[in-house]
Amino acid sequence: MTVRVQTQDFDVGAEIARLRGDPKVGAIASFVGLCRDVNDGEAVAGMSLEHYPGMTERALEDIVAKARSRWDLIEVSVVHRVGPLKPTDQIVLVVVSSAHRGEAFAACEFIMDYLKTQAPFWKKEDTPTGSRWVDARESDDHAAGRWKTGKG
Amino acid sequence: MEARMLTLRYFARLRENFGVDSEQVVLPAEVKDVAGLSRWLRDRGGLWAEELAPGRPVRVAVNHHMAGDATAVADGDEVAFFPPVTGG
Repeated sequence: MTVRVQTQDFDVGAEIARLRGDPKVGAIASFVGLCRDVNDGEAVAGMSLEHYPGMTERALEDIVAKARSRWDLIEVSVVHRVGPLKPTDQIVLVVVSSAHRGEAFAACEFIMDYLKTQAPFWKKEDTPTGSRWVDARESDDHAAGRWKTGKG
Repeated sequence: MEARMLTLRYFARLRENFGVDSEQVVLPAEVKDVAGLSRWLRDRGGLWAEELAPGRPVRVAVNHHMAGDATAVADGDEVAFFPPVTGG
């Protein structure tokens, strides 16, 4: 398992290539979250991401452990950026390898859904009317909640 | 009873509104859990009373684990207050 919180950008190709070395891997699924230039109808010139050092890493490790207890996974990498970001910048990367695609797809989505509701990150956006803290979305709670049926 | 020391941490909107990101406090004997700690901090009045009012969307972590109102607080603990998370 790799969990990293960093200010610098990441190379998606290199992160995926790292998981290809194991010949048992038959599938790699990945998700990249990006900074957009609009949110809730307002233009966004950039954002700043704050986190809780120490707890963030632990929360991400817990989420990956939950995914591993649910699906047969070979390797998981999670990289999340903090600090100032601008539209089109990469924010988060999740890469999951497994023998078959089903596990990789499902675990990748599960990890993102839990990250959105459990990992201590906070976004502050710069808009034409000033900077504002982003409010948590109820739809994110619903997305994480739908995994509660079934085991884990 | 020995004095119980806690480290309090605040993040995002709460950090800005309280004007502090971390502080050490000596807990009064009656504070035993997260609910009691929140109540005690609300007694500071102003933005403390407003931001930590019952029903406000505030999350609490004790020693880096998400906690609830009934989670106990003990000497040496780190307790963090923050808004619902918005990463990803």
